[in-house]
Amino acid sequence: MTLGLIARDVRRGFAGAAWLPIAFFLLVATLVPFAVGPDARLLARIAAGVLWIAALTAALLPIERLIEPDRADGVLDQLALQGLAEESIALAKIIAHWLTFAPLLLLAALPASALLAIDGPALAKTEIALAIGTPGLAALSVAVSAMTAGLPRAGALAGLLLLPFAVPLLIFAVADSLLLEGAISLLLVAGAPFIAGAAIRAART
Amino acid sequence: MITLLRFADVTLRRGGRLLFERLNLRVQAGEALQIAGPNGSGKSSLIRLAAGLLTAQAGSIERSPLALADDNIALDRELPLGRALRFWCRATDQALAHMGLLALEDVSVRWLSSGQLKRATIARVASSGAPLWLLDEPLNALDADGATLLSRLIASHLASGGAVLAASHQPLPGEWRRLDLTA
Repeated sequence: MTLGLIARDVRRGFAGAAWLPIAFFLLVATLVPFAVGPDARLLARIAAGVLWIAALTAALLPIERLIEPDRADGVLDQLALQGLAEESIALAKIIAHWLTFAPLLLLAALPASALLAIDGPALAKTEIALAIGTPGLAALSVAVSAMTAGLPRAGALAGLLLLPFAVPLLIFAVADSLLLEGAISLLLVAGAPFIAGAAIRAART
Repeated sequence: MITLLRFADVTLRRGGRLLFERLNLRVQAGEALQIAGPNGSGKSSLIRLAAGLLTAQAGSIERSPLALADDNIALDRELPLGRALRFWCRATDQALAHMGLLALEDVSVRWLSSGQLKRATIARVASSGAPLWLLDEPLNALDADGATLLSRLIASHLASGGAVLAASHQPLPGEWRRLDLTA
Protein backbone atom coordinates (compact mmCIF):
# COMPACT_ATOMS: atom_id res chain seq x y z
CA MET A 1 0.00 0.00 0.00
CA THR A 2 2.83 2.42 0.86
CA LEU A 3 4.55 1.78 -2.47
CA GLY A 4 1.22 2.18 -4.24
CA LEU A 5 0.72 5.51 -2.51
CA ILE A 6 4.19 6.72 -3.53
CA ALA A 7 3.57 5.67 -7.14
CA ARG A 8 0.18 7.41 -7.12
CA ASP A 9 1.56 10.65 -5.69
CA VAL A 10 4.46 10.70 -8.15
CA ARG A 11 2.04 10.11 -11.03
CA ARG A 12 -0.23 12.90 -9.80
CA GLY A 13 2.74 15.21 -9.28
CA PHE A 14 3.99 14.82 -12.83
CA ALA A 15 0.49 14.90 -14.30
CA GLY A 16 -0.10 18.12 -12.40
CA ALA A 17 2.17 21.10 -12.23
CA ALA A 18 5.54 19.54 -11.34
CA TRP A 19 7.24 21.88 -13.80
CA LEU A 20 5.81 25.00 -12.14
CA PRO A 21 8.22 25.19 -9.15
CA ILE A 22 11.07 24.47 -11.55
CA ALA A 23 9.99 27.27 -13.88
CA PHE A 24 9.78 29.51 -10.82
CA PHE A 25 13.29 28.45 -9.76
CA LEU A 26 14.68 29.31 -13.20
CA LEU A 27 12.77 32.59 -13.23
CA VAL A 28 14.42 33.70 -9.97
CA ALA A 29 17.83 32.69 -11.33
CA THR A 30 17.09 34.74 -14.47
CA LEU A 31 16.00 37.83 -12.56
CA VAL A 32 19.04 38.05 -10.31
CA PRO A 33 21.55 39.09 -13.04
CA PHE A 34 19.13 41.85 -14.03
CA ALA A 35 18.75 42.97 -10.44
CA VAL A 36 22.44 43.03 -9.38
CA GLY A 37 24.05 43.66 -12.78
CA PRO A 38 25.99 41.38 -15.11
CA ASP A 39 29.29 41.43 -13.18
CA ALA A 40 30.39 37.78 -13.48
CA ARG A 41 32.61 37.87 -10.36
CA LEU A 42 29.84 39.25 -8.17
CA LEU A 43 27.32 36.79 -9.61
CA ALA A 44 29.61 33.81 -9.06
CA ARG A 45 30.12 34.91 -5.45
CA ILE A 46 26.39 35.11 -4.59
CA ALA A 47 25.26 32.32 -6.93
CA ALA A 48 25.02 29.48 -4.39
CA GLY A 49 22.92 31.62 -2.06
CA VAL A 50 20.68 32.73 -4.90
CA LEU A 51 20.09 29.14 -6.01
CA TRP A 52 19.17 28.13 -2.47
CA ILE A 53 16.73 30.99 -2.01
CA ALA A 54 15.21 30.10 -5.37
CA ALA A 55 14.95 26.45 -4.30
CA LEU A 56 13.33 27.38 -0.97
CA THR A 57 10.69 29.58 -2.55
CA ALA A 58 10.08 26.99 -5.27
CA ALA A 59 9.50 24.39 -2.56
CA LEU A 60 6.72 26.58 -1.16
CA LEU A 61 4.67 26.55 -4.35
CA PRO A 62 3.21 23.02 -4.21
CA ILE A 63 2.62 23.06 -0.44
CA GLU A 64 -1.15 23.49 -0.65
CA ARG A 65 -1.46 20.47 -2.96
CA LEU A 66 0.53 18.01 -0.85
CA ILE A 67 -1.97 17.09 1.89
CA GLU A 68 -5.11 19.22 1.69
CA PRO A 69 -6.78 17.69 -1.42
CA ASP A 70 -6.38 14.19 0.04
CA ARG A 71 -7.73 15.32 3.41
CA ALA A 72 -10.77 17.03 1.89
CA ASP A 73 -11.49 14.08 -0.40
CA GLY A 74 -11.33 11.43 2.33
CA VAL A 75 -8.24 9.73 0.86
CA LEU A 76 -6.38 10.05 4.17
CA ASP A 77 -9.33 8.44 5.99
CA GLN A 78 -9.49 5.54 3.56
CA LEU A 79 -5.72 5.01 3.81
CA ALA A 80 -6.03 4.87 7.59
CA LEU A 81 -8.83 2.30 7.24
CA GLN A 82 -6.48 0.20 5.10
CA GLY A 83 -4.30 -0.03 8.18
CA LEU A 84 -1.70 2.54 7.18
CA ALA A 85 -0.39 4.64 10.08
CA GLU A 86 -0.56 8.39 9.52
CA GLU A 87 3.23 8.47 9.93
CA SER A 88 3.65 5.99 7.04
CA ILE A 89 1.29 8.09 4.91
CA ALA A 90 3.43 11.15 5.68
CA LEU A 91 6.67 9.29 4.88
CA ALA A 92 5.25 8.06 1.57
CA LYS A 93 4.22 11.61 0.73
CA ILE A 94 7.71 12.92 1.59
CA ILE A 95 9.35 10.36 -0.69
CA ALA A 96 6.88 11.06 -3.50
CA HIS A 97 7.29 14.82 -3.12
CA TRP A 98 11.07 14.52 -3.20
CA LEU A 99 10.87 12.38 -6.36
CA THR A 100 8.69 14.92 -8.15
CA PHE A 101 10.69 18.04 -7.35
CA ALA A 102 14.30 17.24 -6.46
CA PRO A 103 15.55 15.53 -9.66
CA LEU A 104 14.00 18.28 -11.77
CA LEU A 105 15.54 20.91 -9.50
CA LEU A 106 19.00 19.35 -9.80
CA LEU A 107 18.55 19.38 -13.56
CA ALA A 108 17.33 22.98 -13.59
CA ALA A 109 20.39 24.02 -11.59
CA LEU A 110 22.45 23.42 -14.76
CA PRO A 111 20.90 26.19 -16.89
CA ALA A 112 20.65 28.33 -13.75
CA SER A 113 24.40 27.97 -13.21
CA ALA A 114 25.02 29.37 -16.68
CA LEU A 115 22.84 32.39 -15.91
CA LEU A 116 24.71 33.04 -12.66
CA ALA A 117 28.24 32.47 -14.03
CA ILE A 118 28.95 29.50 -11.75
CA ASP A 119 32.01 27.51 -12.86
CA GLY A 120 32.29 23.72 -12.95
CA PRO A 121 33.67 22.93 -9.46
CA ALA A 122 31.32 25.40 -7.76
CA LEU A 123 28.40 23.93 -9.66
CA ALA A 124 29.34 20.42 -8.53
CA LYS A 125 29.44 21.65 -4.92
CA THR A 126 26.04 23.33 -5.24
CA GLU A 127 24.53 20.24 -6.84
CA ILE A 128 25.79 18.04 -4.01
CA ALA A 129 24.49 20.51 -1.43
CA LEU A 130 21.09 20.56 -3.17
CA ALA A 131 21.01 16.76 -3.34
CA ILE A 132 21.71 16.55 0.41
CA GLY A 133 19.35 19.34 1.37
CA THR A 134 16.30 18.57 -0.77
CA PRO A 135 15.15 15.52 1.26
CA GLY A 136 15.03 17.74 4.34
CA LEU A 137 13.20 20.38 2.36
CA ALA A 138 10.67 17.83 1.09
CA ALA A 139 10.11 16.55 4.64
CA LEU A 140 9.63 20.08 5.93
CA SER A 141 7.19 20.87 3.11
CA VAL A 142 5.02 17.84 3.89
CA ALA A 143 5.05 18.56 7.65
CA VAL A 144 4.07 22.20 7.14
CA SER A 145 1.50 21.16 4.54
CA ALA A 146 -0.10 18.76 7.02
CA MET A 147 -0.10 21.37 9.78
CA THR A 148 -1.87 23.94 7.62
CA ALA A 149 -4.25 21.54 5.79
CA GLY A 150 -7.81 22.77 5.90
CA LEU A 151 -6.97 26.26 7.15
CA PRO A 152 -8.00 29.34 5.19
CA ARG A 153 -5.10 31.10 3.41
CA ALA A 154 -2.90 28.12 4.24
CA GLY A 155 -0.30 29.09 1.64
CA ALA A 156 0.80 32.29 3.35
CA LEU A 157 0.86 30.64 6.76
CA ALA A 158 2.86 27.73 5.34
CA GLY A 159 5.52 30.16 4.14
CA LEU A 160 5.82 31.70 7.60
CA LEU A 161 6.14 28.25 9.16
CA LEU A 162 8.51 26.71 6.64
CA LEU A 163 11.09 29.41 6.03
CA PRO A 164 12.41 29.76 9.62
CA PHE A 165 12.86 26.00 9.88
CA ALA A 166 14.73 26.01 6.59
CA VAL A 167 17.31 28.53 7.89
CA PRO A 168 19.73 25.94 9.37
CA LEU A 169 19.60 23.98 6.12
CA LEU A 170 20.34 27.16 4.19
CA ILE A 171 23.23 28.24 6.44
CA PHE A 172 25.10 24.95 6.28
CA ALA A 173 24.39 24.36 2.59
CA VAL A 174 25.81 27.72 1.53
CA ALA A 175 28.68 27.53 4.03
CA ASP A 176 29.85 24.25 2.47
CA SER A 177 29.43 22.34 5.75
CA LEU A 178 27.98 19.32 4.01
CA LEU A 179 28.14 17.09 7.10
CA LEU A 180 26.16 19.55 9.21
CA GLU A 181 23.76 20.12 6.33
CA GLY A 182 23.31 16.36 6.05
CA ALA A 183 22.66 16.18 9.81
CA ILE A 184 19.94 18.85 9.60
CA SER A 185 18.43 17.19 6.55
CA LEU A 186 18.36 13.81 8.33
CA LEU A 187 16.82 15.38 11.42
CA LEU A 188 14.04 16.89 9.31
CA VAL A 189 13.42 13.63 7.42
CA ALA A 190 13.32 11.67 10.68
CA GLY A 191 11.09 14.11 12.54
CA ALA A 192 8.69 15.26 9.85
CA PRO A 193 6.65 12.03 9.50
CA PHE A 194 5.73 12.17 13.19
CA ILE A 195 4.78 15.84 13.07
CA ALA A 196 2.81 15.39 9.85
CA GLY A 197 1.17 12.21 11.19
CA ALA A 198 0.04 13.95 14.37
CA ALA A 199 -1.20 16.92 12.33
CA ILE A 200 -3.23 14.62 10.03
CA ARG A 201 -4.85 12.98 13.06
CA ALA A 202 -5.56 16.33 14.70
CA ALA A 203 -7.15 17.73 11.54
CA ARG A 204 -9.71 14.91 11.43
CA THR A 205 -13.28 15.98 12.07
CA MET B 1 -22.88 -15.40 17.20
CA ILE B 2 -19.74 -13.48 16.22
CA THR B 3 -19.74 -9.87 17.32
CA LEU B 4 -18.22 -7.64 14.66
CA LEU B 5 -18.58 -4.31 16.48
CA ARG B 6 -19.07 -3.55 20.14
CA PHE B 7 -19.39 -0.17 21.87
CA ALA B 8 -19.09 -0.32 25.65
CA ASP B 9 -20.09 2.81 27.61
CA VAL B 10 -18.88 5.10 24.86
CA THR B 11 -19.08 8.85 25.41
CA LEU B 12 -18.41 11.30 22.59
CA ARG B 13 -18.06 15.05 22.90
CA ARG B 14 -17.45 17.21 19.84
CA GLY B 15 -16.78 20.93 19.87
CA GLY B 16 -17.76 21.12 23.53
CA ARG B 17 -21.12 19.46 22.86
CA LEU B 18 -22.07 16.10 24.31
CA LEU B 19 -23.33 13.90 21.45
CA PHE B 20 -23.97 10.74 23.43
CA GLU B 21 -23.01 9.32 26.77
CA ARG B 22 -22.44 5.74 27.93
CA LEU B 23 -23.66 4.33 24.62
CA ASN B 24 -23.69 0.54 24.32
CA LEU B 25 -24.23 -1.21 21.05
CA ARG B 26 -23.34 -4.48 19.44
CA VAL B 27 -23.45 -5.53 15.80
CA GLN B 28 -23.32 -9.24 15.14
CA ALA B 29 -22.60 -11.21 11.99
CA GLY B 30 -25.64 -11.26 9.71
CA GLU B 31 -27.11 -8.16 11.32
CA ALA B 32 -27.97 -4.74 9.90
CA LEU B 33 -28.21 -1.81 12.30
CA GLN B 34 -29.46 1.63 11.32
CA ILE B 35 -28.45 4.67 13.33
CA ALA B 36 -31.33 7.12 13.02
CA GLY B 37 -31.86 10.55 14.45
CA PRO B 38 -32.28 14.21 13.49
CA ASN B 39 -29.54 16.35 11.90
CA GLY B 40 -26.72 16.99 14.33
CA SER B 41 -27.51 14.07 16.62
CA GLY B 42 -24.11 12.49 15.99
CA LYS B 43 -24.90 9.78 13.43
CA SER B 44 -21.87 10.49 11.26
CA SER B 45 -19.65 10.92 14.31
CA LEU B 46 -20.77 7.52 15.55
CA ILE B 47 -19.84 6.00 12.17
CA ARG B 48 -16.42 7.68 12.24
CA LEU B 49 -15.97 6.52 15.82
CA ALA B 50 -16.78 2.96 14.74
CA ALA B 51 -14.26 3.32 11.91
CA GLY B 52 -11.57 4.41 14.36
CA LEU B 53 -11.17 7.82 12.74
CA LEU B 54 -12.32 9.58 15.92
CA THR B 55 -11.46 8.71 19.48
CA ALA B 56 -14.07 8.58 22.22
CA GLN B 57 -13.71 10.51 25.47
CA ALA B 58 -14.68 7.44 27.46
CA GLY B 59 -15.55 3.80 26.90
CA SER B 60 -14.09 1.15 24.66
CA ILE B 61 -14.76 0.01 21.12
CA GLU B 62 -13.91 -3.38 19.63
CA ARG B 63 -14.07 -3.72 15.87
CA SER B 64 -13.35 -6.32 13.22
CA PRO B 65 -11.91 -5.36 9.79
CA LEU B 66 -14.24 -2.84 8.20
CA ALA B 67 -14.84 -0.67 5.16
CA LEU B 68 -16.41 2.79 5.11
CA ALA B 69 -18.48 4.64 2.52
CA ASP B 70 -19.29 8.25 3.34
CA ASP B 71 -19.73 11.44 1.34
CA ASN B 72 -15.99 11.73 0.64
CA ILE B 73 -15.33 9.98 -2.63
CA ALA B 74 -11.57 9.40 -2.17
CA LEU B 75 -11.11 8.60 -5.87
CA ASP B 76 -8.57 10.32 -8.13
CA ARG B 77 -10.64 12.51 -10.41
CA GLU B 78 -8.25 12.39 -13.36
CA LEU B 79 -8.35 8.57 -13.60
CA PRO B 80 -10.96 6.34 -15.22
CA LEU B 81 -13.32 4.92 -12.58
CA GLY B 82 -12.00 1.35 -12.87
CA ARG B 83 -8.39 2.37 -12.29
CA ALA B 84 -9.29 4.79 -9.50
CA LEU B 85 -11.11 2.00 -7.65
CA ARG B 86 -8.33 -0.52 -8.22
CA PHE B 87 -5.99 1.72 -6.20
CA TRP B 88 -8.00 0.61 -3.17
CA CYS B 89 -8.79 -3.03 -3.92
CA ARG B 90 -7.88 -5.63 -6.52
CA ALA B 91 -11.11 -7.33 -7.55
CA THR B 92 -13.60 -4.61 -8.36
CA ASP B 93 -15.40 -5.99 -11.42
CA GLN B 94 -18.07 -7.87 -9.52
CA ALA B 95 -18.88 -4.94 -7.25
CA LEU B 96 -18.97 -2.58 -10.23
CA ALA B 97 -21.43 -4.91 -11.94
CA HIS B 98 -23.55 -5.15 -8.78
CA MET B 99 -23.84 -1.38 -8.57
CA GLY B 100 -24.54 -1.04 -12.31
CA LEU B 101 -21.26 0.77 -13.02
CA LEU B 102 -19.59 -1.62 -15.47
CA ALA B 103 -20.37 0.62 -18.44
CA LEU B 104 -18.66 3.55 -16.68
CA GLU B 105 -15.41 1.73 -15.94
CA ASP B 106 -13.45 3.70 -18.54
CA VAL B 107 -15.06 7.06 -17.82
CA SER B 108 -12.97 9.61 -15.96
CA VAL B 109 -14.11 10.12 -12.35
CA ARG B 110 -14.48 13.86 -12.88
CA TRP B 111 -17.35 13.29 -15.34
CA LEU B 112 -19.45 11.16 -12.99
CA SER B 113 -22.58 12.47 -11.29
CA SER B 114 -22.89 12.51 -7.50
CA GLY B 115 -25.21 9.48 -7.64
CA GLN B 116 -22.70 7.55 -9.73
CA LEU B 117 -19.93 8.54 -7.30
CA LYS B 118 -22.05 7.31 -4.40
CA ARG B 119 -22.46 3.98 -6.21
CA ALA B 120 -18.70 3.89 -6.70
CA THR B 121 -17.98 4.38 -2.98
CA ILE B 122 -20.44 1.57 -2.20
CA ALA B 123 -18.71 -0.61 -4.80
CA ARG B 124 -15.40 0.06 -3.01
CA VAL B 125 -16.90 -1.13 0.26
CA ALA B 126 -18.38 -4.20 -1.45
CA SER B 127 -15.07 -5.21 -3.01
CA SER B 128 -13.03 -4.61 0.15
CA GLY B 129 -13.76 -8.06 1.53
CA ALA B 130 -14.25 -6.58 5.01
CA PRO B 131 -16.93 -8.30 7.14
CA LEU B 132 -18.22 -5.02 8.61
CA TRP B 133 -19.59 -2.29 6.35
CA LEU B 134 -20.04 1.25 7.63
CA LEU B 135 -22.33 3.35 5.46
CA ASP B 136 -22.91 7.04 6.18
CA GLU B 137 -26.13 8.27 4.56
CA PRO B 138 -26.00 5.54 1.88
CA LEU B 139 -29.14 6.80 0.15
CA ASN B 140 -27.79 10.33 -0.43
CA ALA B 141 -27.86 11.05 -4.17
CA LEU B 142 -28.89 7.47 -5.04
CA ASP B 143 -31.86 7.01 -7.37
CA ALA B 144 -34.53 4.31 -6.88
CA ASP B 145 -32.58 1.87 -9.02
CA GLY B 146 -29.41 2.53 -7.01
CA ALA B 147 -31.27 2.00 -3.73
CA THR B 148 -32.56 -1.36 -4.98
CA LEU B 149 -29.06 -2.44 -6.03
CA LEU B 150 -27.73 -1.34 -2.64
CA SER B 151 -30.34 -3.32 -0.70
CA ARG B 152 -29.60 -6.40 -2.81
CA LEU B 153 -25.87 -6.01 -2.15
CA ILE B 154 -26.50 -5.62 1.59
CA ALA B 155 -28.79 -8.67 1.66
CA SER B 156 -26.14 -10.89 0.06
CA HIS B 157 -23.46 -9.47 2.39
CA LEU B 158 -25.59 -10.28 5.44
CA ALA B 159 -26.36 -13.75 4.09
CA SER B 160 -22.64 -14.46 3.80
CA GLY B 161 -22.05 -13.61 7.45
CA GLY B 162 -21.23 -9.92 7.17
CA ALA B 163 -22.78 -7.01 9.04
CA VAL B 164 -23.76 -3.46 8.17
CA LEU B 165 -23.93 -0.34 10.30
CA ALA B 166 -25.60 2.53 8.47
CA ALA B 167 -26.40 6.07 9.53
CA SER B 168 -29.43 7.60 7.89
CA HIS B 169 -32.25 9.94 8.84
CA GLN B 170 -34.56 8.33 6.31
CA PRO B 171 -35.91 4.76 6.25
CA LEU B 172 -33.57 2.28 4.53
CA PRO B 173 -34.88 -0.50 2.28
CA GLY B 174 -34.80 -3.97 3.83
CA GLU B 175 -34.81 -5.31 7.39
CA TRP B 176 -32.97 -3.07 9.87
CA ARG B 177 -32.65 -2.94 13.61
CA ARG B 178 -32.91 0.72 14.62
CA LEU B 179 -31.02 2.78 17.16
CA ASP B 180 -32.31 6.32 17.62
CA LEU B 181 -30.02 9.11 18.70
CA THR B 182 -31.50 12.29 20.12
CA ALA B 183 -30.21 15.75 19.34
